[in-house]
Amino acid sequence: MSEMRYEAPSTLKAAVALLAEAKGPARVLAGGTDLLIQMRSKRVEPELLVDIKNIAEMRSIAVEGGRFRFGAAVSGMELLEHEAFAKAWPGVIDGVKLIGSVQVRGRATVGGNLCNASPAADSVPPLIAAGAMVSIIGPNGRREARVEDVVTGPGKTSLAKGEIVVSFELPERAAHSGDAYLRFIPRSEMDIAVVGTGVNLTLDGKGVCSAARVSLGAVAERALLVPEAAAALIGTKVDAAALERLAAAASAACRPIDDKRGTKEFRIKVAGVMVRRTAEIALARAKGNR
Amino acid sequence: MDAPIKTENKKLKVVGTRPLRPDGIAKVTGLARFGADFSLPGMLCGKILRSPHAHARIRSIDTSKAQALPGVKAVMTAADLPDQKFEYVGRGRADVNFWHATRNIMAREKALYEGHAVAAVAAVNKSIAEQALGLIEVDYEVLPHVIDVDAAMQPDAPLLFEDMITRDVQPPPVKPSNISKRNELNLGDVAAGFASADEVVEMSFKTKPVHQGYIEPQACLARFDADGQAELWASSQGHFVIRAATAKLLGMNIGNLRVHPAEIGGGFGGKNAPAIEPVALVLARKSGHPVKIVLSREEVFKSCGPAAGSSMTVKIGVTKDGKIVAAEGVFKFQAGAFPTSPVMNGCMTAFSPYDIANVRSIGYDVVSNRPKTTAYRAPGSQIAAFAAESVVDMAAAKLGVDPLEFRLKNIAKPGARTVGGAKHMHEGFAQTIQAMMKHPAYSAPLGKNQGRGVASGYWFNNAGESSAALHINEDGSVLLSTGSADLSGTRASMAMMAAETLGIEYDQVRSIVADTGSIGFSHLAAGSRTTYATGIAVVNVCKKVIEQLCARAAMMWDIKVEDVVWEDGCAKRADKSGEVLTLKAIAAKRAATGGPIGAELSVNAGGHAPGFSTEMCDVEVDPETGQVKVLRFVVAQDVGRAIHPSYVEGQMQGSASQGIGWALNEEYVYDKSGRLENPGFLDYRIPVASDLPHIDTILVEVPNPNHPYGVKGVGEVNFVPSIAAVANAVSHAVGRRMNDLPLSPHKILRAMR
Amino acid sequence: MAKHHVTATVNGDAVEFLCDTQQSLLDVLRDELGLTGTKEGCSTGDCGACTVTVDGRPVCSCLVLGVEAAGKSIQTIEGMASGSKLHPLQRKFLEHAALQCGYCTPGILMSARALLERNPDPTEEEVRLWLAGNLCRCTGFHKIIDAVLDAASEMRKG
Repeated sequence: MSEMRYEAPSTLKAAVALLAEAKGPARVLAGGTDLLIQMRSKRVEPELLVDIKNIAEMRSIAVEGGRFRFGAAVSGMELLEHEAFAKAWPGVIDGVKLIGSVQVRGRATVGGNLCNASPAADSVPPLIAAGAMVSIIGPNGRREARVEDVVTGPGKTSLAKGEIVVSFELPERAAHSGDAYLRFIPRSEMDIAVVGTGVNLTLDGKGVCSAARVSLGAVAERALLVPEAAAALIGTKVDAAALERLAAAASAACRPIDDKRGTKEFRIKVAGVMVRRTAEIALARAKGNR
Repeated sequence: MDAPIKTENKKLKVVGTRPLRPDGIAKVTGLARFGADFSLPGMLCGKILRSPHAHARIRSIDTSKAQALPGVKAVMTAADLPDQKFEYVGRGRADVNFWHATRNIMAREKALYEGHAVAAVAAVNKSIAEQALGLIEVDYEVLPHVIDVDAAMQPDAPLLFEDMITRDVQPPPVKPSNISKRNELNLGDVAAGFASADEVVEMSFKTKPVHQGYIEPQACLARFDADGQAELWASSQGHFVIRAATAKLLGMNIGNLRVHPAEIGGGFGGKNAPAIEPVALVLARKSGHPVKIVLSREEVFKSCGPAAGSSMTVKIGVTKDGKIVAAEGVFKFQAGAFPTSPVMNGCMTAFSPYDIANVRSIGYDVVSNRPKTTAYRAPGSQIAAFAAESVVDMAAAKLGVDPLEFRLKNIAKPGARTVGGAKHMHEGFAQTIQAMMKHPAYSAPLGKNQGRGVASGYWFNNAGESSAALHINEDGSVLLSTGSADLSGTRASMAMMAAETLGIEYDQVRSIVADTGSIGFSHLAAGSRTTYATGIAVVNVCKKVIEQLCARAAMMWDIKVEDVVWEDGCAKRADKSGEVLTLKAIAAKRAATGGPIGAELSVNAGGHAPGFSTEMCDVEVDPETGQVKVLRFVVAQDVGRAIHPSYVEGQMQGSASQGIGWALNEEYVYDKSGRLENPGFLDYRIPVASDLPHIDTILVEVPNPNHPYGVKGVGEVNFVPSIAAVANAVSHAVGRRMNDLPLSPHKILRAMR
Repeated sequence: MAKHHVTATVNGDAVEFLCDTQQSLLDVLRDELGLTGTKEGCSTGDCGACTVTVDGRPVCSCLVLGVEAAGKSIQTIEGMASGSKLHPLQRKFLEHAALQCGYCTPGILMSARALLERNPDPTEEEVRLWLAGNLCRCTGFHKIIDAVLDAASEMRKG
């Protein structure tokens, strides 16, 4: 006796209408790698699934005026395989590469990774660090939002009923820029991040950091943008002293929980360690770039 | 028990080679049928309702609404199973009590763990079955619960059984407790031994419960006809044992139940006993239709026997010149909701690699509100070895002696006594240590934040009852069948031993696993007994058939049977006249010479040798995060003789990875209400491919003279020291003794500060 | 609520089946199409025993709905051999004894084939990372890695 409807619209307009008009609980079905598990454990019990994978705009990857835009329903593997994107944003790729397994990445989408709103999502900190924006469509039309403003808490987003994240847009890449993402997990693969750190930085002609963004995952109720941590790098050559201040600022910004994946104390300490290592990689990439 | 058999001394042609297994094609093409892969017409889906509470009295169960749901064909509770006599049966270290067993299959008075089965339904499809579960009304009176073994032993701990009086304590305690049994084993005089020691080293240890982690959840298909005849298709480690236990639980004659062995997707001891089979059969009986039950991964973690968590203290006394003069261990194991944990195994094996004059082992079997423990690969011994081998490591360090030299100096040789009472009778222990010392890995240099750990381990192994049948087909090809479930390639090993004995090519022998209706009793494929005991049955039945073949040849040649020899797979005339009769030729004339050619026989084998293994692990620790990377792992094991070396190597490598997981990352995590927080492979972290290095194996062969091919059981002992090897390595890398498993990053980081 | 009527291609053959919204592709393969070679180990995408390929991509079939398979080309373990000719990976797994209980084997073979189709000369580390989503409890992966690298070597020779 299945009450659950499944629809696969081919236009955004149709998808929005389905979601906006749904009487009972409705969910967007993108990769399904979080949703199906939640359905089975009865954490969510949707009466309607709206499969958005037939909507062209949600599946494309393109460059527009030097800025990358990729659809929210692009699978992890598709994004990883896009050479130009991977070259421009290796830090975002670092994060996407860590979502689940090869099999999970074959289905999971960055849109889903964001909108599932787990504080530990791996693609979110590097997107925040990159300064990415999302394009949202809803019953009231289109709007843009910063990635860091989409998630409001564990399992909660700022999306209104009927709204769908359509695509992600990254800013133009300045010269001598580099980004990176690292996470701490107990095994080598497959675990949910205990701590995730994303760093994006730009160097000026003299090797001094002129811009930076630092984002932390799994250490608060949502991924954080940490301006104080970025400030520790800006104006410096990202030397040992700056990295120390970066680590301290990152640890100070954490407001983690104790759970089966890590203790508060551990997360705070390791956030500092990981963000420092991440910044070192971002720096090396920035130096290697034209 | 049968008399021991002399090892063959001739040059071997098949034994020791690496042919392909007969079930291999089926397993790489998806055709092999595991427990969940069987179907019958009219089959129903069975689902089990489980307690959401860790500890609760069951006041009532109302199944009427579930029964009334269209599509539901049967509902059951414990009332549908006969109660069992309260009686502990069997060897002390593995006793069984069916009063407990039936309550574990389905709860009666109380739910004793989250996940405890309380009712079940069979319906026309999964969706209706799940709906029906939601309609069963259980009135629970939630009770305080206790899980940790130390907590469960406290005088004010919530009691699982209000009348549990600790067994084997004189005088018996007045107050009930959660301590089901206390055992104490003594050898010599430990007080005197410690008094004579120059150095005494002591440490306490805690381990968390872990799961065997087999990738195949329990699954079975059952049919129960109106005339009382029943059939099961189930994956298990022993369809005869499952048949007997299931029949008893249902109150039926063993002869009315036929169990077909499905391929089994991993067991490691966790599939030695029925879990869902009685439920499937009762539902099949009540509904009149076949019923299939397939457990989810969550159900496996929440209800299918894991290994015990423990609390242990070990003390060792040594003299200045490196002799262990006394050893004492106190081992407290969680049994789960019902007795019996394998604590006595731990008591009997912990110090048994060594020749120690004075030993005391005390074990406590303690119930607590979590699933009943079942066997996990040399059950209990790896837990105790973690403690014992850590302290042995500490003692070696205190004396400034190489840890392998220290073990070698104290190694048990034939004649040495064990604390369990038996005397050592076999060689092989020292050889594994010597082999490890010679291995290049042992002298590989270590870098910063790296550490090396070694450990040795002992396991009884087993023998016992097995049956084998050999038939010469009409065209001279050979059918070999045994009753031993094939977990990892034993069909091939049996065929190899048969081919060797018969003197024919491996590919001429077809080797199958027969069901309970088609061959005599065979005990579990567990306890490292199959290649040994079933191998003896195979060799013996081959010899019996060779006698028949010679008799037939004698008839065909019209000579005396004494004048026929069997050589190179043929009957030959003893007068060396050159005439031979092949299997094909003899089979062709079988009707004229007496009919079908074949035999079946059963053995109750004895004379098995224990297992011994020495292992080495190198790790690197990240001092800023506590993450551990395993760099090297080497397993040296006395395997007697490796029938199929690839399969023996595979056992050693599998154990190493399980030991790494147990040591570093695996544990059951419970919340405050006693509910399992990680009943899945995401947060129950077994090693993945990128967590593991290549695992080097050293097969030391000191043949067991009691087996025709020198076999010693190999499946389990390689697990015994694996955890300690990792823990010793991490301790050396960190510079502090790590005594609390698993060695999660936060514990290591804390230790490094 | 009526079931979905789905048409797809499985191992090169056109198939059609009925399924509920909630039924996974794994359920459909095993229960509706009788293809029991693909195994269920966890239903949460953590063990990889249910790995199949969808339009050439390895995925966990427990995380794909049956209805999402519409119009897709699915490959399962049953289609890996060509008639009686085994794929080199299947052969090497047998030669190297890269399976013990065999339960994880279909999933690992499907994953490994997908790897070698994309990267014919992987390093050991690349193989281990690619197979991180396929759990094996019996072998410790040692012989699996050897078998995959050996198969890759043979396949490179053409």
